[in-house]
Amino acid sequence: MSEHSPSTGTPVLEFMDVVKSYGSGTTETRALTSVDLRVAPGEFIAVMGPSGCGKSTLLHLAGGLEPVTAGRVLVNGRDVSEMSPADLATLRRREVGYIFQRLNLIPSLTAVENVMLPLELDGTGRKEARERATAALQGVGLSHHLDRYPTEFSGGQQQRIAIARSLVAQRSLLLADEPTGSLDTVNSDEVIELLAGLPAKFGTAIILVTHEPRFASWADRVIFLRDGHVVDESR
Amino acid sequence: MAVREGLLAVLSGGPRHGYQIKTDFEQATGGVWRLNVGQVYTTLDRLERDGMVTLDDSGESKVYSLTENGEQELARWWEAAPLDEAPPRDELMLKVLTALDRGRDHALRVIEAHRTVLTSLLQQRRRRMREEGPLTDSLATQIVNDALMLRAESDLRWLDQCEARLQATS
Repeated sequence: MSEHSPSTGTPVLEFMDVVKSYGSGTTETRALTSVDLRVAPGEFIAVMGPSGCGKSTLLHLAGGLEPVTAGRVLVNGRDVSEMSPADLATLRRREVGYIFQRLNLIPSLTAVENVMLPLELDGTGRKEARERATAALQGVGLSHHLDRYPTEFSGGQQQRIAIARSLVAQRSLLLADEPTGSLDTVNSDEVIELLAGLPAKFGTAIILVTHEPRFASWADRVIFLRDGHVVDESR
Repeated sequence: MAVREGLLAVLSGGPRHGYQIKTDFEQATGGVWRLNVGQVYTTLDRLERDGMVTLDDSGESKVYSLTENGEQELARWWEAAPLDEAPPRDELMLKVLTALDRGRDHALRVIEAHRTVLTSLLQQRRRRMREEGPLTDSLATQIVNDALMLRAESDLRWLDQCEARLQATS
């Protein structure tokens, strides 16, 4: 039974007429043009489109990794472009999590230590961080061998560890950029099913960038991007 | 449409009367292939004429049985691989081809519209599968769902390919 469902309150993410360009003058390239998007808490959005259509740029702007050229990006009602570098770092530590195709786990830390990391960086004590990390790992179906190093786990299990790390700080928004790109079919399906269950379980909103219609089919809404424009949407 | 062979397959499980053949066929096909009674009896009449089934109408209801010829026909059908590729004449392809004849932009709009509809169809099927799930679905229904999902995915990939080709020629 769902504990959470997409709500109509303050959007967890809002794009208002967002433009993103690279370069200037004759070399200017538009990556996103007039993008409007509202993501409700606990909503699962998939973003699809050909390479170079602006999918990854959209995620970068959502997480405050890059500034917008024009327009506004609001995360939980706060304008990202008005945040200081320190505020942005806090935003990424506490509110917005990332999952990439590359796993980005720290090889010299064990599974549980990888998951503890964002908590410890945020000042949580080691004992509490370990308890919360263990619970997060259990939440993604990993309850054994948590003191082993990432390379001792399969690709699918490593991606689960990465998901646990992105969830442990109870972030409200998870940005996933082709998270199954390095996994085989079975592991890919398991990871997407796991992701699809997170909104109901934790109230986390998810934006998943994918080329795969099969994965996008899990989403509440699918946004189609072409040449930096949102051209259509399916529910 | 292979209804004829489907009815032979149902009868390979033993003699049945017409309505039972209909319901067994529908159950075997996961509930997605409904037959009307008239279609069943018309097909059975033809199968009887061709010596594939026999009819016993001595009791209260007509009971059909598979003949040896019918057994052989069914075995041939199961084993015959569709090596000769059928002409690609599905409706989606026809729409894209005729749209292309009206111009590139029109074709791109048709592709986009169908991509949205097919994706929405995939989402709806996924939701239904999540809500009802493999716990309640029969194996036949699960297999049918898999086929419908994969075919929609295949159509979506083809539409992406069409779009890429159109973009490359612009």
